[in-house]
Amino acid sequence: MQGTKRQPDHILNVEGLAQLLRALRADAYRLVGPTVRDGAIVHAEIRGIDDLPAGWTETQEAGTYRLVPRGDGALFGFSTAAQSYKQVFFVPRLRLLKLRRKDSSFTVEHDAPVTSRLALIGARSCDLHAIEVQDRTLLTGPFADPDYAARRSDLFIVAVQCGQSGGTCFCASMGTGPRSTAGFDLALTELFEPHRFLVQVGTEAGERVLARLPRALATESERVAAEGVVEQTAQSMGRRMDTTGIKELLYRNLEHPRWDDVAERCLGCTNCTLACPTCFCSTVEDTGDLTGESAERWRRWDSCFTLDHSYLHGGSVRTSTRSRYRQWMTHKLASWIDQFGTSGCVGCGRCITWCPVGIDITEEVAAIRRADGACSGEGGAP
Amino acid sequence: MNETRPKLAVWKFASCDGCQLSLLDLEDELLALADAVDIAYFREATSRESNGPFDLSLVDGSIARPEDIDQIREVRRRSRHVVALGACATAGGIQALRNFASVEKYKSLVYAKPEYIHALAESKGIAEFIRVDFELRGCPPNKHQLLEVVSAFLAGRRPNVAAHSVCVDCKLSGNVCVMVTGTPCLGPITHAGCGALCPTYRRGCYGCYGPAEAPNTQSMARAFQHAGVPDVDLVRVLRTFNANAPAFRKESERHE
Ligand code: SF4
Ligand code: SF4
Ligand code: SF4
Repeated sequence: MQGTKRQPDHILNVEGLAQLLRALRADAYRLVGPTVRDGAIVHAEIRGIDDLPAGWTETQEAGTYRLVPRGDGALFGFSTAAQSYKQVFFVPRLRLLKLRRKDSSFTVEHDAPVTSRLALIGARSCDLHAIEVQDRTLLTGPFADPDYAARRSDLFIVAVQCGQSGGTCFCASMGTGPRSTAGFDLALTELFEPHRFLVQVGTEAGERVLARLPRALATESERVAAEGVVEQTAQSMGRRMDTTGIKELLYRNLEHPRWDDVAERCLGCTNCTLACPTCFCSTVEDTGDLTGESAERWRRWDSCFTLDHSYLHGGSVRTSTRSRYRQWMTHKLASWIDQFGTSGCVGCGRCITWCPVGIDITEEVAAIRRADGACSGEGGAP
Repeated sequence: MNETRPKLAVWKFASCDGCQLSLLDLEDELLALADAVDIAYFREATSRESNGPFDLSLVDGSIARPEDIDQIREVRRRSRHVVALGACATAGGIQALRNFASVEKYKSLVYAKPEYIHALAESKGIAEFIRVDFELRGCPPNKHQLLEVVSAFLAGRRPNVAAHSVCVDCKLSGNVCVMVTGTPCLGPITHAGCGALCPTYRRGCYGCYGPAEAPNTQSMARAFQHAGVPDVDLVRVLRTFNANAPAFRKESERHE
C-alpha cells in the first residue's frame, strides 16, 4: 500500500462496529453517516449503528433513484448516498459578516468558524477523492477558505470498501475507486455469514481506536474474501467513461452539434452541479433590514447553470443552455485539469442519477467522441 | 408624524387579496414597516386615502376589467416605483384561465344578468400595461422576499431575489429530489421563492411562482409524459396560478 508496510487486517463483528461508533462519540466526534430519509439513503448526523440503513439498498439510473429492501441486513449494502460531504464542509449557506450602524460609522461582526470533531462513517472512495479535489480549490492557494478549513480540520474517516456498484457509478474509469487505498483512518469491508467487517488500518489514530474494541485478526481467507468483494464491484461498474485525451477531445469540440442536442434536453435546473461533490461555485448575497440599521453578507451555493453566474456588467455572458452545459462539462473534465492538476470528476454518478431528465455525462462524452470534430456551424454563439 | 418618511401605497386589482395579507402577515416586522414608511394608501389595512405621489406602490391583482387599465396607468403616474406583487399582478393569476375560453360564452351561462359583467377578454399582469420596476412572484409571495423588496427599494438597492429554479432551494435545504424518486415536479422550470416548500414535504412543485429564468418547458413536459402524466393533466398543471405566463401558456397550448 503506497510504499508503507501494510498493517495486519482485523475483524469486527456487528457489536464491534456499534462499539466503534460509541468510542468515536466518546472521543467527542459527531458522526456523519448514511441513513434512510425521504425515500433515499442520505448522509446525515447519526447517533449510532441503529441509524444506519440496515437491510436497504437502492437502484440508481439516469434520472431515477429507488430505495429497495435487501434480505441480508447489510449496513452498507448500497452505493453512493444522495448527497456527498460537500454539504458538511462547504456548507450551502454561510453568513460571512454582519454590519451594524453605530453613530456615523458601523461595526463589523464575523461568526466564529465552526470547528468540531467529525467522524465520517462509511465514506466511499469516490467521496474521499472528492474531498481531495475540493481541497485543491478551497484549502490551498491564495484563496483558502477559512470556514471550509475549520470544518474539515478534525476528521476521523471510517471508509467502506464498496460492496456493490450503483447503476450510475463509474469511479473505475476515473481512477478514484471503488477500492479505497488511502485517506482513511479505518476502512471496512462488509462480509456475511457471519455478518462481520474486515478492518484495514490507515493511520495511527485508527489503530488506537481499534485497540479499544473487541476484535480478531483477519484470516487469509477473510482477506481474500474482502478483496473479492471490491474486485467484484470494480468489475460491475454501472457506467464507464473513456478518458483518453479527454481534455484535448473537449477543447477541440467546442462547436460540436452534441451541445445543441443536450441543450434541447437540459432544464438548466442546477441539480447536477449542486449534487456534484466537487463543484464549488458560490455567490455572495447582501441584505439589509428595513430600518437600514443592520446588513448581512451571505455566501450560498451557486451554479454555472444560472444566468446570474455569468452576469457581468450589462448582462450574462452565457445566455444559452448550450453554453452553460458546455461550460460545466468542459470545466469538470478538461479545464479543471489545467486549473487544479486533476479532473473535476470522481465518477460518483450523482449528476446522472439526480438530473431530473437523466442527462448522462458519460453518454455526452461518448457522443462527442463518436463524432469527434463534427461542427454545428453556429460559430462562437454564446 | 414624521413627514419625511417615504410614502407607501398598496393597490388592489383583480385578486383574492392574499398578497396584501402576506404584507399584514409580516407580524414581527409590521411595526418596523409602519415606522419606516408612511402607509399612505392601503385599503385592506387603513381607511386613509392619500392621493400621492407615492415613493413605492405595491400592486396586487391583475388587469381584468376595462376600467383597470386607466387605474393602473394612474397608479404609475402617481408612483416613483411600482412593484407587481404575486401571480395575478405578474401573470394574470388564476382568473387568466378565462384567456383560454370565451368570456362572452360563459358569462351568459354563469350570470343571470350577463350585461352587468364588464370583463376584459383576457386577464393580464400589469407589466403588459405599464412599466414595472420589479415583479415579485408567487401565489402568494414569500413574506420574507416581500420585506426584502420593500427594504431594497427604501435603500435604493437591487432586491436580492433570485430568478433561478426551485431546485436550487431544494438542494440548499438538502432535500431528496421527489422527481427522481418518482413524483413529477415542476421545480426545474419554476421560479424560486417559496424555499422549495412542497418538495420539502415530499410533494411535487405546483409552479406557484411561475416560470424560472430560461425555462425549458418542452423538456420538462417530456419528462412528465415519460412519468405517465397524460396531456390533459399536463395542461392542468401548467394552467394554475400562472397560466398566462408566456412560457407556461405556450407549453400548455402544445398539449391541448
Ligand atoms: S461530474 Fe457527476 S459523476 Fe463526476 S463527480 Fe460530479 S456528480 Fe460525480
Ligand atoms: S444536466 Fe440535468 S441536472 Fe444539470 S442542469 Fe441540466 S437538467 Fe438540470
Ligand atoms: S424535488 Fe423538484 S424542485 Fe426539488 S430538486 Fe427535485 S425537481 Fe427540483
